[in-house]
Amino acid sequence: MNDSQAAKSASPDYRTPIGRARGLGSAKSGVGHFWWQRVTAIGLALLVPWLVGTLVSFIGADLGTVQATLARPYNAILLAAFVLALFWHAKLGMQVVIEDYVHTRALEVALQLVVTFACVFGALASLYAIVRIALLA
Amino acid sequence: MANRERPLSPHLQVYRWQITMTMSILHRATGIVLVAGAFALAWWLLAVAAGGDAYASAAACLASPFGKLVLFGFSLALVYHLLNGIRHLLWDAGWGFELPEVYRSGYTVFVLTVVLTALIWFFALRGGA
Repeated sequence: MNDSQAAKSASPDYRTPIGRARGLGSAKSGVGHFWWQRVTAIGLALLVPWLVGTLVSFIGADLGTVQATLARPYNAILLAAFVLALFWHAKLGMQVVIEDYVHTRALEVALQLVVTFACVFGALASLYAIVRIALLA
Repeated sequence: MANRERPLSPHLQVYRWQITMTMSILHRATGIVLVAGAFALAWWLLAVAAGGDAYASAAACLASPFGKLVLFGFSLALVYHLLNGIRHLLWDAGWGFELPEVYRSGYTVFVLTVVLTALIWFFALRGGA
């Protein structure tokens, strides 16, 4: 018995070499959920002050001003980045809430599908609106 | 499925109240509220894009007393979730795990939530910054 076999017998590792190299575990997603929740959180934390300031500045403004402001290149691009991070973060968060509290498997899967579709729809609708404002305002 | 009674781990009610458990559940609750806020933002953006009557009715809806109340709720939830989220990110980086620090950052989040939300509404009610 060589050294590596001795190490294995002390702490058995039943994963295949390719499985160990990929590092994705039995759920096939590894740390993907954790990581993207943090990446979107940092992006949102950076963008929220800008968004809140922009929205507050719209109070009392007319439609033309709102459209012209959102149509400015940097505002349109940052807003598109914001809604993508927002709905992605929302999907990841709701996924965990459903996993934690819904213990009926069929209902859980159904709710996960509803959340996924709704967040994709919300992101696409927002992007559509942003493009329309940016190109037509 | 378990077919006989097994001992359960202690549940929430056996613990003395702590600020940490309140902040944890509030983070999740405000997150759920903000999902509704995300869809409200999408609805408002669609109204801005459509313009005309669609924007006029959306603006009137947001300016109504109920609309303002909902917006206040969203702003409060957003500021809390943002600040407590930063607290979580600092924990992820390995900072602030000592118990006194956890309590200090918790109370800091509560105080700053009130201050920043008040600041947003000071500018909002003054008619825009």
